[in-house]
Amino acid sequence: MIVYILRRLGATLIVMAVVALFVFSLLFLTPGDPAAVIAGDVATADDIQRIREKLGLNEPFLVQFGGWVWRLLHGDLGTSIFTNLPVTKLIGQRVQPTVSLTLLTLVFAVLVAVPLGVIAAAKVGTWTDRLVMGFSVFAFSVPVFVLAYLLISLFSIHLEWLPVQGYRPLADGPWPWLSHLILPSIALGTVYMALIARITRAAMLDVLAQDYIRTANAKGLAPRAVLTGHALKNAGVPIITVIGIGVALLISGAIVTETVFAIPGIGRLTVDAILRRDYPVIQGVILLFSGIYVLINLAVDLSYRLFDPRIHY
Amino acid sequence: MKDVCALLRAVTLALVFAASSAAAQEKVLKFIPQADLRILDPITTTAYITRNHGYMVYDTLFATDAKFQAQPQMVDKWDISKDRLTYTFTLRDGLKFHDGQPVRSADCIASLERWTKRDALGQKLAQSTESWIAVNDKTFKLKLKKPFPLTLDALGKLSANVPFIMPERVAKTDAFQNITETIGSGPFRFVKDEWVPGSKVVYAKNNDYVPRKEAPSWAAGGKVVKVDRVEWTYIPDSATAAAALNAGEADWWEQLPPDLIPLLRKNKEVRVENIDPLGSLGIIRFNFLQPPFNNQKMREALLYVLDQKDYVLGIAGDEKNGHTCYSFYTCGTPLSSEIGAEPLKGKRDFDKARKLIQESGYKGEKIVIISATDQPIVHSQSLITAELLRKLGLNVELQAGDWGTLITRRTSKEPVDKGGWSIFHTWFVGPDMLSPANVPMVNLGEKSWFGWPADPKIEDLRQVWFSTTDALASKKASDAVQVEAFRFVPYITTAQFILPTAYRTNLSGVIVAPVTFLWNVDKK
Repeated sequence: MIVYILRRLGATLIVMAVVALFVFSLLFLTPGDPAAVIAGDVATADDIQRIREKLGLNEPFLVQFGGWVWRLLHGDLGTSIFTNLPVTKLIGQRVQPTVSLTLLTLVFAVLVAVPLGVIAAAKVGTWTDRLVMGFSVFAFSVPVFVLAYLLISLFSIHLEWLPVQGYRPLADGPWPWLSHLILPSIALGTVYMALIARITRAAMLDVLAQDYIRTANAKGLAPRAVLTGHALKNAGVPIITVIGIGVALLISGAIVTETVFAIPGIGRLTVDAILRRDYPVIQGVILLFSGIYVLINLAVDLSYRLFDPRIHY
Repeated sequence: MKDVCALLRAVTLALVFAASSAAAQEKVLKFIPQADLRILDPITTTAYITRNHGYMVYDTLFATDAKFQAQPQMVDKWDISKDRLTYTFTLRDGLKFHDGQPVRSADCIASLERWTKRDALGQKLAQSTESWIAVNDKTFKLKLKKPFPLTLDALGKLSANVPFIMPERVAKTDAFQNITETIGSGPFRFVKDEWVPGSKVVYAKNNDYVPRKEAPSWAAGGKVVKVDRVEWTYIPDSATAAAALNAGEADWWEQLPPDLIPLLRKNKEVRVENIDPLGSLGIIRFNFLQPPFNNQKMREALLYVLDQKDYVLGIAGDEKNGHTCYSFYTCGTPLSSEIGAEPLKGKRDFDKARKLIQESGYKGEKIVIISATDQPIVHSQSLITAELLRKLGLNVELQAGDWGTLITRRTSKEPVDKGGWSIFHTWFVGPDMLSPANVPMVNLGEKSWFGWPADPKIEDLRQVWFSTTDALASKKASDAVQVEAFRFVPYITTAQFILPTAYRTNLSGVIVAPVTFLWNVDKK
């Protein structure tokens, strides 16, 4: 097991190195010039050229890439071309909002979706099942931004229960923190919830048709005990897989949610950096994402053992 | 159910109130700016958001007032020698930087020298400058090689790049490299620790600032700060920004898109106003190095068919927020005129335009319009122009990307089949287009702004204008530039438009000016 984990962590470094090379090459080839963005609309071509020189953007690809890798090996992700702030600081400012949003969304989605999926499977073919699945299809089809505006309109404008936008750190108190995340979490988590509910239902139906479930029912176990103790645990592997994939989806889905609710998270940092061609920030964020994705996959793989002891690494 | 709702609401409000009771002690102006502040150096960039940041943090020697006159701001006294070659400036008492150091002549000289390396009008001043001399810490001289009648106008330039005064050690930074320290002597201090790029910028009142006694007038006069703190919160989504203002989470939204005006007007606690007396000008820019717009007749043809009313509606959504402007200079300002504008102003004449196109020898070359979908003002103009050119039977391709791509691509001097371009659109705020000094009017070929027009006659006439010493001569010279510009067509003005502002009725003292200033604003 430990060897497996070490091997996977080693593979993570290789994946991140490949991603780093790929992203750097892509940015080098993509049209766009941060010097032109810095200079502003009325700058001349000569102005832009001089700014490029100052930023070292005229250096050959290998020199730029080599310099970046060298700094990276020393733990330095570089400095934003625009703000002059270290990339680590910019990412650090944005981590808490995105992690808060992602975790709260995850908790909300799993707590609602798994019971819904189990109930739908237990009452398969009934109106309850149809209602849950109908809701899932609806939730899956509504774009995040549409739901976000509807939630803002109802809960922030009409009822005035929750703030429209922004983020407050946990240090400001639990309620200010939570109140700014409830609507974004619902908006972001609804699609995710629909996905988990459908997968849970499908996995449960598969398990509920197994002989050992029939045996459990035959020996007189309470239906709830059969559902949660026998069926749900054995349906866990596909559910955990989709939750794991979902976390990756959430991080990318957070971009829209962060934009609509003006939450200063990693998603917005990424989009802003891409639009302005802030190369060090783009590279830093994508490296971070690739590392997170690989680690989430590792965590998912390891968690399989909790649900199925037959799995060995 | 109603009771439950009321209870939940009361609990929510109580919790929010408890959490923010400490913050409620001070008067905070919550402001949604037009864009995200990314670059803190108002000299390296001409971005308007950085200019506005500059006005918060820095002060200027002179400042333009509502009568377009440069008035002393940091300067107490000034005089000019009889030969008009030596200006002597004396600073006001009590000027201090935010680090507590006094503002000295050396700071002013270093700041202005850096500014003249980047700003077009500053460069003109530098061409006439012999030297800057510090007489003592409060007095300094500008010695000129030849008279430069626009000296005070340059030092009081209203829009980007504004000659802001920084400490000498900061102003010694290369003019093509961003400064790393934000220390000014202006009415607000920049709180760097609370800056979250892409989201929040915080300014605190500069308690050491000594405002002038005069009433505020545009950038001139007394900059009296009436709040303790200003928080800029950048909200990228317009609908969310409108909701935040409606809900009272923000006090002021600097620029709103026209489609949201009716929504905000419904709220009696929100005031929607046009506080920009000059507005902005949209323009079409041609590539003068490549066919077909390297041919004057092709550019002239567009003058006969372009209908500014279409562009006003396309950009501003409503005629109330814009109007036609048949001038190369911002309409409603001293130098604007319609002299020579008949081709643009008269009845739209497609036959005449087609005749000119035929005379130009146009052979169906592809016309590439580059556009940016993330810039509505740019993209709406591009769509209208593309349709117009198609109506003329021209071979048009609209290539839309993002602004970052457009401003890179427009540096290309190659033909369209090698990544080049034929037309792009942009816009300038009114103060940037007041006179023949405006950037797109420069006609120095490859040294000009993108498009690289070269008309020696326009350049000669501009030089005449730069050297005029009285208002009458200045008007005559600028008219002459315009007449030649309508012949050569370095660019075409498409519309003059105003992006309204919206603020809550608990604010007072909002200054009517072409730039958003946050001093003099009080919050109940």
